[in-house]
Amino acid sequence: MSAAAGVALGVIGGAIRISTPFLFVSLGECLTEKSGRVNLGLEGTLVMGAMAAYGVSYLSGSPWLGVLTAGAAGLVLGALHAWLCARPRVNDVAVGIALMLFGVGLAFFLGKPLIGPSAPHLPAFSAGWWSGSAQVRSALQINALFVIGLVATVAVRFVLARTRWGLIIRTVGESGDAARAMGYDVARVRLLATMAGGALAGVGGSFLSLFYPGSWNEGLSSGQGLMAVALVIFARWDPLRCLAASLLFGGASALGPALQSVGVTSGYYLFNAAPYALTLAIIIATSSRDRALHGQPAELRVAK
Amino acid sequence: MTIGASSVSEPPSDAAGDAARGPVAATLAPAAADDEIEARRAAIRKMVEAIVVPGAAIGAALVLFGVFIALTGRNPLAVYREMFRGSFGTWFSFQNTLQRAAPLMLTALATALPLRLGLVVLGGEGAMVLGGLAAAAVGVHLHTPTSVKVGMLVTGALVGGSWIAIAGALRANRGVNETISTLLLNYIAIALLNHVVEGPLRDPSSLNKPSTLPIGDDNMLGTLPGLDVHWGLAWGLGACLLFWLVMQRTTFGFAARMVGGNVRAALLNGLPVRRLIVVVTFLGGLGAGLAGAIEVAAIHGTANASLVTGYGYTGVLVAFIARANPLGAIPVAILLGGIGASGGLLQRVFDLPDATVNVLQGILFLAILFSESFYGRRWSFRRARAARQAS
Repeated sequence: MSAAAGVALGVIGGAIRISTPFLFVSLGECLTEKSGRVNLGLEGTLVMGAMAAYGVSYLSGSPWLGVLTAGAAGLVLGALHAWLCARPRVNDVAVGIALMLFGVGLAFFLGKPLIGPSAPHLPAFSAGWWSGSAQVRSALQINALFVIGLVATVAVRFVLARTRWGLIIRTVGESGDAARAMGYDVARVRLLATMAGGALAGVGGSFLSLFYPGSWNEGLSSGQGLMAVALVIFARWDPLRCLAASLLFGGASALGPALQSVGVTSGYYLFNAAPYALTLAIIIATSSRDRALHGQPAELRVAK
Repeated sequence: MTIGASSVSEPPSDAAGDAARGPVAATLAPAAADDEIEARRAAIRKMVEAIVVPGAAIGAALVLFGVFIALTGRNPLAVYREMFRGSFGTWFSFQNTLQRAAPLMLTALATALPLRLGLVVLGGEGAMVLGGLAAAAVGVHLHTPTSVKVGMLVTGALVGGSWIAIAGALRANRGVNETISTLLLNYIAIALLNHVVEGPLRDPSSLNKPSTLPIGDDNMLGTLPGLDVHWGLAWGLGACLLFWLVMQRTTFGFAARMVGGNVRAALLNGLPVRRLIVVVTFLGGLGAGLAGAIEVAAIHGTANASLVTGYGYTGVLVAFIARANPLGAIPVAILLGGIGASGGLLQRVFDLPDATVNVLQGILFLAILFSESFYGRRWSFRRARAARQAS
């Protein structure tokens, strides 16, 4: 296989493999931000989810039970975030940072005995059955969670755009005062939206430990939870665009390893910085001093 | 342009404001005396609050962490006793604490100063890494010990300042959210460090841990007279004091705090809000860059992956606990430096993972943020009662 085809295959395979945690975290963040609150703590939720999923999968032998536990852990962290933010004069950005530090610290603490033992993985199927090359087949491994992520994308979009619940969430995100005047409990709507967002992020974490890279260690997450927050701004709070952006980021993250596999090793670290630089470039290009972004919830402070 | 004025950006005690209220109140006889007493009471209450509320939050966090430790089947009191011994209990451990507190004071500035404008900057880690890298790159090209030291510290600070000022300029001119841009800049800075120490500036003799060329033992920053703590501590204390004076006692600082209090009022008063944002982020970054230069000049002697310490993120915590007050950052940095210093002992004596310290820091941070909702609570209650009695 030629080098260019090898790199292309690596990037495409990487886009599918690496994008899944991005997808779940950005969907969760999108849902939370639509209700007018930003949760920067999803990085902590992601790592907690990874640890919880790995631990439960190892102890019970069922990776799916692990995924559920990861979701539950995310639900609890989301509830903690929403509860703290509902206090007067408490800054949601700061609470997010605190929960990020807390979640990562707690996951490392509880996960210490899990470094080493191997837990059953999530099932995957290969989309490369048509190819005779083992390299192609292994690059095009598609995990069940990726498919669930696709379904979740459509579901979140449908809920936000077409249902009564979605309308309530968007109302709260556009104007808390208007929602209050209509008799909705703003704090409760945000609590539920943050909990649901946390659960999605937790599930995203389970992908890290149960499929790719597929083990639990302290260097598991390289800031996917944080980048997903930036990704939501880039995706203009639209779940379908979150999917597209996640695939783009997955591909960008795979660029360094793909080049290395065909022998291009100079600038390896710079290529590893590609997703971060890409995010920054996109945010700079799409931001504006004078107007709000299209689709941006008016109550959202972080985007201002 | 709108700035999300954060609740924490409000200065804890506004002595200038109270003083200004005095003469105005005096002209409004006969209620003047009452008003003056009331104003003085409010000032005292604010001062008491500034100590009691964070103190209570720290106490509550220690209780929560104690429960957490008890759940792991260990005796929390024994753990706390050991922590105290490993951080403040002996002269040796206290010097270790001070040595760890020094970079925290400096990285805290990167968050604390912009916080006064209502900006949440998390870029201390990246500014520290690049400051250290730039300092090492410049240090090997200078020849006398004095020029090496001066060159390294100045370069490190300037690079750190410029790095954070990028985020400030993006915020001011393009409306790019500074929290997210500084986080991304951290990752980019670490990638740059790895690239440079493995490639262009690699010392060929550094095999296991790729590093830049060493600056030489003679050129290292020494220890403070009579102490086993390097000069970084003096720089940390000096920088915190200097920036406190700048923010609290100069027109520039007053203007910056006004932007944080009410950006529309600041614009109406003709303040150059955009320039203030860029300058303040630059000043904050100076601290973090200096911290990186000191790590290289006083500890490692060369730039390598050891520069990625997490001090930048702990500095964020210091800035928030100190409520963005540079002077307050000094005791908070010493407290958190002590917690960090005791980590090793906890591992050895109680077989606790090294992440124990991070759990305690996380709980501490959450408790401090929760306590924000307690400021002024009793005050408003009294006022409400007074208003009821008056009517």
